[in-house]
Amino acid sequence: MKHTLSVLLLNKPGALSRVTGLFSGRGFNIESLSVAETLDPKVSCLTLVTRGQETIIEQITKQLHKLIDVIKVTDISEGEFVEREMVLIRVKAESHTRAEVLRIIDIFRGKVVDVSPTSYAVEITGPESKIKAVIDILRPIGIKEIIRTGTIAMARAPKK
Amino acid sequence: MTKMTGAQAIIKCLKEENVSIMFGFPGGAVIDLYDALLDTDIKHVLVRHEQGAVHAADGYARATGEVGVALLTSGPGATNGVTAIATAYADSIPVVILTGQVPRALIGNDAFQEVDIVGITRPCTKHNYLVNDPKDLVPTIREAFYIASTGRPGPVLVDLPKDVVASTITYPEKKKIKMQTYQPNYAPHPGQVEKACKAILKAKRPVLYVGGGVILSNANKELTELAEKIHAPVTMTLMGLGGFPGTNPLSLGMLGMHGSYAANMAVAKSDLLVAVGARFDDRVTGRLDAFAPHADIIHIDIDPTSISKNVKVDIPIVADCKAALESMNAWFDKSADFDSKASAEKHQPWVDEVAEWQKKHPLTYHQKGDIIKPQYVVEMINELTGGDAIITTEVGQNQMWAAQFYKFNKPRHLLTSGGLGTMGYGLPAAIGAKMAFPDATVIDIAGDGSIQMNIQELATAKQWGAPVKIAILNNNYLGMVRQWQELFYNRRYSATPMEITPDFVELAKAYGAVGLRARTRDEVVPVIKEALATDNLVIMDFVIDREEGVFPMVPAGKATTEMLLV
Repeated sequence: MKHTLSVLLLNKPGALSRVTGLFSGRGFNIESLSVAETLDPKVSCLTLVTRGQETIIEQITKQLHKLIDVIKVTDISEGEFVEREMVLIRVKAESHTRAEVLRIIDIFRGKVVDVSPTSYAVEITGPESKIKAVIDILRPIGIKEIIRTGTIAMARAPKK
Repeated sequence: MTKMTGAQAIIKCLKEENVSIMFGFPGGAVIDLYDALLDTDIKHVLVRHEQGAVHAADGYARATGEVGVALLTSGPGATNGVTAIATAYADSIPVVILTGQVPRALIGNDAFQEVDIVGITRPCTKHNYLVNDPKDLVPTIREAFYIASTGRPGPVLVDLPKDVVASTITYPEKKKIKMQTYQPNYAPHPGQVEKACKAILKAKRPVLYVGGGVILSNANKELTELAEKIHAPVTMTLMGLGGFPGTNPLSLGMLGMHGSYAANMAVAKSDLLVAVGARFDDRVTGRLDAFAPHADIIHIDIDPTSISKNVKVDIPIVADCKAALESMNAWFDKSADFDSKASAEKHQPWVDEVAEWQKKHPLTYHQKGDIIKPQYVVEMINELTGGDAIITTEVGQNQMWAAQFYKFNKPRHLLTSGGLGTMGYGLPAAIGAKMAFPDATVIDIAGDGSIQMNIQELATAKQWGAPVKIAILNNNYLGMVRQWQELFYNRRYSATPMEITPDFVELAKAYGAVGLRARTRDEVVPVIKEALATDNLVIMDFVIDREEGVFPMVPAGKATTEMLLV
């Protein structure tokens, strides 16, 4: 099962390596990891996507919580949540494919962020499924380079 | 506001933390701190190798329950300490390790004696720090003591750049430590306590399975009260020995790979296992699916990660062992459904069944001729010290024979590297314990292999007046590995014969200690008596049956009921 964990931790040197060291040392798997400062500059938020049986996820959550620099761990995939990932794709765009690439990007509400005579660099944002779809469609045209941010996620606010 | 150097501030801070003794080894990066040490009454014990310093601090901590302190220099000084830090971490021992570091401007430059010790020790400390700002110096050390000694204890390392220690700072006033991210929970959840007690009321074949947590939280009295109140047999892990009196009729001794037949059978047949401060280590459980297969499991532990890590727990209680046991005892005292006498009667058939196993397969050995059996040596040490000595061990057969044949009646009397299994632990740990309790008899039960791993600390013991007694069970083998080779590798003794071993009697003399040797069974008691009678440091060299094994033994990966017996 895929789980998306949101981890608040102190924005201190070494804090991130405590988290990644925990995963490598205990043989847990990290599918993606994204980290940046929160509104409070002393605190970072780390979004981590991992897979494992419930017992493993329980261990991961507890072990993360045990780290002294960690403030809070939430398995946000337990409830309703929104997730987004951004990807930059440099795709081949030669005279006969330039128009088609633009149409595809438009369908996915992407943006062209860099242009060269033979390629476009495009920016697409969305949940993992959308990123996968756009990659699958562009792949036959020719993807030269791809950079992904990894997933960030936020729990939905209660509706009542 | 008083101004002082960082070094003076560290010393003042250590005094505030009630540190009276520390173990260490100087070097360029900590020379300022060593200079400031001359102006205090904190005793500094100069060891002969940094591993010894941290083991001694660890032994001091285990024997006293206080935080042990070690001071090491940068680079190799710090890395030499790593094995001992990992040892303390594996057994949850409160130790603060202060390491020197190169000046801040040189960090990352591959400077002389520079190493990223914070990076290296991240997975084997409870927490660690590099002090980057002189104003953080004192608060960090305070936090280190707080973290090391609270919750599930553990080692905390503070790395101190030389220029930070040499800087001038204003000493900050002591404040109560409150950390946003670290608030260990001590009190048990009353609902869980009630569930656990009700499960005990229903049980017919309960067993208490006790680990080092009981010793760390000083809960031995509460545990004994509970065991006697409900009249249930008690088995202990290696780390739990002494948490319940070994001579109490309800004690089954140790369980697991080299546990007693009765202990392993009792767990296998039990219908309720009450785990107190134990962590279901693989050396205890054997094959997991065959461990306590008929039992519901109650697990008291202060560390939530220990719960349901290896074995699924039915009733978890995340709490300090002492607090949880107090609550359970109080619950039984108040409960109208509980009557101690009725409980004793109800459990008597079970206690009798367990006693039958004890009678059928007691811990024993076969004496042949006048050769010295190691078990006999431990039995005689037990007898001649009245079971009152502080015993440290090395790791291997010596450790298991000590655990099986010394009857620990009190907590903090067995100091042994359980989790990491560090050979070379026993001698420096014995020194730490002896420095804490100069009047106690402290005996390191050792093997001829492991004693050589930190033998240099004989000089430390001699210099600082720590006349510990070392009992070497000398079989000229790395005996535990040899035993595995005998049983599971067709007697192919690869690298286990110690072809050259020093003459330990002469070695003792070289260090100004007393060396004694016993070659026959008759010589064992006189040697122990002489060792106990002298005020000096002693090595007793017991030339034992070379191929004696530790039994019972559960082969790795087997069910704990599949024991190889004597």
